[in-house]
Amino acid sequence: MSVFGSIGNYIRESQIWGSVFRHGVPRDRRTRAMAILSNVFLHLHPVAVRKSGIRLSFTWCMGGLTFFLFLAETITGVLLMFYYRPVVEYAYNDIIQLRAHVTLGLLREIHRWGAHAMVIAIWLHMLRVFLTGSYKPPREFNWGVGVILLKLTLLLSFTGYLLPWDQLAIWAITVGSNMARATPFLGHEGPGAQLMRIGDVPLMHAGSDARFLLLAGTAVGPGALLRFYVLHCIFIPLVVLVLIAVHFWRIRKDGGISGPL
Amino acid sequence: MNGLNTLVLAATSDGGLGSVIKDLLNKASVPQIFVPLMAIGLIVALLTYRTWTRPAIAGLLALAAIAFYVWSATDENFFKIIVKPDNVPITIMLTATAIVTWLAFRQAAINDARMERGEPLIESGADDKVLVWPDLVYTEMICLVLCSIALIVWAILLKAPLEPAANPTNIPNPSKAPWYFLGLQELLVYFDPWIAGVLLPGFIILGLVALPYIDKNPRGNGYYTFSQRKMVIWVFMFGWVIMWVVLIVLGTFLRGPNWNIFGPYETWDSHRPAALLNVNVSDLFWVVLPEKTGLWSPGLPKNAVAGIPAMFIREAPGIVLLGGYFFILPVILAKSVLSKLFKDLGLIRYAVFWLLMSWMMLVPIKMVLRWLFNLKYFMALTEWFLNV
Repeated sequence: MSVFGSIGNYIRESQIWGSVFRHGVPRDRRTRAMAILSNVFLHLHPVAVRKSGIRLSFTWCMGGLTFFLFLAETITGVLLMFYYRPVVEYAYNDIIQLRAHVTLGLLREIHRWGAHAMVIAIWLHMLRVFLTGSYKPPREFNWGVGVILLKLTLLLSFTGYLLPWDQLAIWAITVGSNMARATPFLGHEGPGAQLMRIGDVPLMHAGSDARFLLLAGTAVGPGALLRFYVLHCIFIPLVVLVLIAVHFWRIRKDGGISGPL
Repeated sequence: MNGLNTLVLAATSDGGLGSVIKDLLNKASVPQIFVPLMAIGLIVALLTYRTWTRPAIAGLLALAAIAFYVWSATDENFFKIIVKPDNVPITIMLTATAIVTWLAFRQAAINDARMERGEPLIESGADDKVLVWPDLVYTEMICLVLCSIALIVWAILLKAPLEPAANPTNIPNPSKAPWYFLGLQELLVYFDPWIAGVLLPGFIILGLVALPYIDKNPRGNGYYTFSQRKMVIWVFMFGWVIMWVVLIVLGTFLRGPNWNIFGPYETWDSHRPAALLNVNVSDLFWVVLPEKTGLWSPGLPKNAVAGIPAMFIREAPGIVLLGGYFFILPVILAKSVLSKLFKDLGLIRYAVFWLLMSWMMLVPIKMVLRWLFNLKYFMALTEWFLNV
């Protein structure tokens, strides 16, 4: 036995190794099953899967890729939060500083391109699930959860778009959030806004409607920056995390990766 | 030296083949040509899915597309628009969509042919189980590593865009939403914000969530097929390709200053005038029609009649049209063409189906009417911001 082999054996037989991995080297059926069952992350999987279900040409790996990109966005996002302050006076300058001075200055690039890639990956995941008819019973509910996750992914990307506080950011968000002004009943220029009144007092005006709620003002300003920051970093990711848990759990409960019945 | 000059002149002069093609494509970039062309392309692709998905033909198509893209990239204006950092994902999206669409319809074609011959599907073999360790976890591991590398290389090659600091007084022309919302922004040309920005996105989500409950076809569950799920795949692909992907391409690559259309090889000129006089159904009915036929005196109604406010009388033609479309047409369809569907779905599912379908189809209907008659609104209850 080589030196490395004996060192490897020594490590695998030690008490520390044995306390972390409570099964032998996954070389036979039993230990391979144990490897999945005794690991909190891996046990998202079943022990065995249909061979044709995990072909790359069947799944395109797009669901897994979306999840991977979500993790990559979380890690780079947390690191970016060390350098960024969601205040109009600082925000743009912080990005410039980040670009100029922080070692491994790829953080923002990875975060931004990862966000675009996540949007593309989740669309293609939906396309795959649709074209294989995998939304059909018993997976109707999980398809619905997936649609909400897709919507939240777009909102995550949209809220993040504002944070660099450059021209690209505020005008893209201005165009997008102007829609809220026209929300039926809840936007001051939406149909039915006239009905939202008590006596002569209109309830929906520029300072009280859906866009005001979103932007904390009548235009994209300091309040909007803070709101988008909190939505982007805390609120939407938390909701997404919960829904991902439901989504993965239901894949298992609904019979795993779909296949011909 | 003279010879070289002649060559350069031939390649760049107005008469060269390249510039003829560019001229043609520039002219074909207006929505009234571009969108129908893409729709025809989709229809042909779906009708001939067993032919073009063969690897040899698909390979040739891919080569042609790459050659076209590379040749176009030698054009200064085309190059400028595709290398904008936030537009790069669109090229990636288009490429990825093309590849996976081919992959899906290729497998559908194989499966459909196999089912006709009574052979098992690609996905058949339910007892054929493998252990997750190592078969799946290693696939996942390799995907993870490759994607990490791809992402890091992308990040090294392309800087994230950063424009000058936000300035609320300096409005860029054009102002565009993030690229994935540009299909919706494009709809603003045809609809008011409450429809393009609120109602239609809401219906997209509602429609997707409702899909498994409306599509009662039990076949095609868990494998690629087209022949067993024709109708639902036609509708979905139309929505996804034409009303989402094509409109995004239109919005990002072809919309320039003042939201005017610019061909992919044209310079964005912010001084081009936008002269469009759009008319409402009420104008057509109360003014244009009597002017042409002399049936009644032209002019929009301005007085209330029998207690009905003037605006309702003015908009009556549009209200009748929309009412017929939303409420009477589904009844006629349920009794004729769609009688089988109505029987399968039942009243409630059919009503939800029609709600979603009618709004989805209103988009191309309104586009075509805009292109043909400059139609602005069917119904313009401007007093209530209720314009359709």
